[in-house]
Amino acid sequence: MAEYLIKNGFVFDPVQGIKGDAVDVAIKDGKIVETTALSSPKVIDATGKTVMAGGVDIHAHVAGPKVNIGRNFRPEDKLFTYKPKNGIERMQGGFSVPTTIRTGYNYARMGYTTVMEAAMPPLYARHTHEEMRDTPILDQGAYPVFGNNWFVLEYLKNHEIENTAAYIAWLLRVTKGYAVKVVNPGGTEAWGWGLNCENVHDPVPYFDITPAQIIKGLIEANEYLGLPHSMHMHANNLGNPGNYTTTLDSFKLSEGIKPKSKFGRDQVLHHTHVQFHSYGGDSWGNMESKAKEIMDYVNSHDNITIDIGQVTLDETTTMTADGPFEHHLTELNHLKWANADVELETAAGVVPYLYSPNIKVCAIQWCIGLELALLAKDPMRVFITTDHPNAGLFIRYPRIMKWLMSTEAREQQFDAFKHKDKVIDATNLAGIDRELGLYEIAQMTRTGTAKSLGLSHLYGGLAPGLEADVAVYDFNPNKPYVPDDIEKAFLNAEHVFKAGVQVVKDHEIASNGNKRTLWVNAKVNENPQVMRDVKEKFLRYYTVNLNNYEVAGHYLPNPYVIEVDATE
Amino acid sequence: METVTLTIKNQPDLFLEADNIAPDAVAGKKAEEIADLHVYVGREQHRLGEFFEVSGNAGATPEETKIVVNGDLSRVKYIGMKMTGGEVVVNGNADMYVGAWMQGGKITVNGNVDAFAGTGMKGGELVVNGNAGNYLGAAYRGDWRGMKGGKITVTGNAGSDIGTFMNGGEIVVGGDVDVHVATHAEGGKIVIKGNAKSRLGGQMVEGEIYVLGTIDVMMPGFAYREDVDVDMDGIKGRFALYEGDLGERHRKRKGQTIYAKLYQRIEA
Repeated sequence: MAEYLIKNGFVFDPVQGIKGDAVDVAIKDGKIVETTALSSPKVIDATGKTVMAGGVDIHAHVAGPKVNIGRNFRPEDKLFTYKPKNGIERMQGGFSVPTTIRTGYNYARMGYTTVMEAAMPPLYARHTHEEMRDTPILDQGAYPVFGNNWFVLEYLKNHEIENTAAYIAWLLRVTKGYAVKVVNPGGTEAWGWGLNCENVHDPVPYFDITPAQIIKGLIEANEYLGLPHSMHMHANNLGNPGNYTTTLDSFKLSEGIKPKSKFGRDQVLHHTHVQFHSYGGDSWGNMESKAKEIMDYVNSHDNITIDIGQVTLDETTTMTADGPFEHHLTELNHLKWANADVELETAAGVVPYLYSPNIKVCAIQWCIGLELALLAKDPMRVFITTDHPNAGLFIRYPRIMKWLMSTEAREQQFDAFKHKDKVIDATNLAGIDRELGLYEIAQMTRTGTAKSLGLSHLYGGLAPGLEADVAVYDFNPNKPYVPDDIEKAFLNAEHVFKAGVQVVKDHEIASNGNKRTLWVNAKVNENPQVMRDVKEKFLRYYTVNLNNYEVAGHYLPNPYVIEVDATE
Repeated sequence: METVTLTIKNQPDLFLEADNIAPDAVAGKKAEEIADLHVYVGREQHRLGEFFEVSGNAGATPEETKIVVNGDLSRVKYIGMKMTGGEVVVNGNADMYVGAWMQGGKITVNGNVDAFAGTGMKGGELVVNGNAGNYLGAAYRGDWRGMKGGKITVTGNAGSDIGTFMNGGEIVVGGDVDVHVATHAEGGKIVIKGNAKSRLGGQMVEGEIYVLGTIDVMMPGFAYREDVDVDMDGIKGRFALYEGDLGERHRKRKGQTIYAKLYQRIEA
């Protein structure tokens, strides 16, 4: 493999504590190495440019059945977006729900090299893996959803942590999943009865278990196994005024639980798209930001990480396994709605949405996301996401960086709001003058996410031994710039390397890379009861048999297995 | 006004996607430059000049440009797409998406047009001296934002699903129409001088439909209100007024609920 020497760039690497010093980065055999290890490298002059590790996205919806429902029922999302095949670049299309090809390319263009699919229905794991396989360049993993799964509900009703853990280990293995995802715990199952679970003590019909029992039980089972990532949660009561109390109640369920993982993470709970969970008030008329209350808790509890779920003020396609929420949303905006039920496991809904700067609620949502990031004391625990495509598009990450790095950019946006004064009254953002630097941005987009995922042995930094995932941006932080320069530079990296392969060269896609699929193989003691339960449920309830359920072989042409031993 | 004449000389094996046949695309260009504009056949890009004889130069702006297209254009899509001004005259039958998303200017087709003519139209005028296919003046597939303005006139018949998701503007059909008229519409006006079949105004919230001929089956969501006299743009007579679609949500103005209106002529 080719050797590369990226010379003299301004390097931002939280792993080594490098804060913009001019340092050389050496690449050999797909890894970062000491510069002395190179013999005849290709030299890339990065003088006056910014160099970071490849971005790591901890939460995006980019592959699988509900993403595809979004593609299928929104042909208008593709209108005028197609770009024909051009050299090495394959044909691309779509905007808020782009094709797999465009997903891979657009992430790579932003210098992102690892992206986690945030919700995989186990029954449709094959479809999810097919789409990930077709997404070029990126290393990817997918989180199977557990929070409304009948096995989990039945085991955790009696607090059977060992059985829950054995089931998780089995399901991760057969679906080639990466982490334990929870979406509206109990509420999505309740949706099957036309109901919901609106707080952590609201019991699930028939199963007679509370969301609190599900959340706490899954955190404990996750630590019993010692998985690389913590339990990854979208809590109850998403998107409703006054829901911040539910969020705090959900956070508190992690209290007293310590991480038991050899993968270097410090948290036992990752709460995703917290923007949607930080609302005060009791109606859309008096809805207000409770980001301060939320961040007071997060800042003082080391065993939690969050991502923000920033609203980007775009037309988009919302999609979530939170079935009742999507119904609620279609009742609000009266646009088309798709709903899907996934047998014993989960459900999903999809609704188009327009986040308009002329609507007060949308502007308040925009403020809340930025407040979460700007009030963060530890950028290693608070991450930039848009919950793509729910709050916004992943291609807006550079715009979010701009807003976080520049009060001027935030003021420009405030001035564009129709109800500016009311928005300022309902939020804290106008009173926050913090401007993040590139070091903190690197923590929030790479180093912190890699650590939270238990992948800091591979990604998130530029220390020798790590994967050679490197982005060079045409941005000089030491020269005067206007806010838009930030967005422009980070949307369109000059050079990007993935595992030592140059995938972007002079701002153009140069290779389709060697994408890998990450999954976790957790070994547990033999558990005849769980295996009997699995067989029985497949016989009695599933529409497929076990042999047609497992994901193997050609679904993962290039797997990267992370081994976990939870046998004792 | 300068005139550019395009005469088809080679028929494509598949279909031509020729959205460059529009005053906006050719404005300021000489005949040779216009022949160099691209068209697509499937996923392959070709020159306009491979399929058309081009004569005459365009004006400096779209408004000063007239394009005359001659020959059998039944395999040519997107003529006049997104045009903002100027004029297009099509002498022959054209394929889908004539005048789609047009914002201004005028298109006259002396022949028939296939489906999706005037899709998502915002302004200007589209005249078809012949028949139109399905989805005349409708929204693009999946979109809930349909025709917003402008006027479409068809002297002959039109197909099904005309004016779907219409928000404004006017469609006049001289002859008969097939099923589904103004489905989901929230504004605009449709005049059918001939006969209609069924499902007129399904899920329609606002806007007007006039039918001068017969209606095979009226939607159950429309209720008869009263007989009224109409004298509008040369349409005169006694009409039965129906309001609907009663199954939908409706806006209120000054305490009054606003319904879509369907007028059927009972006496000339």
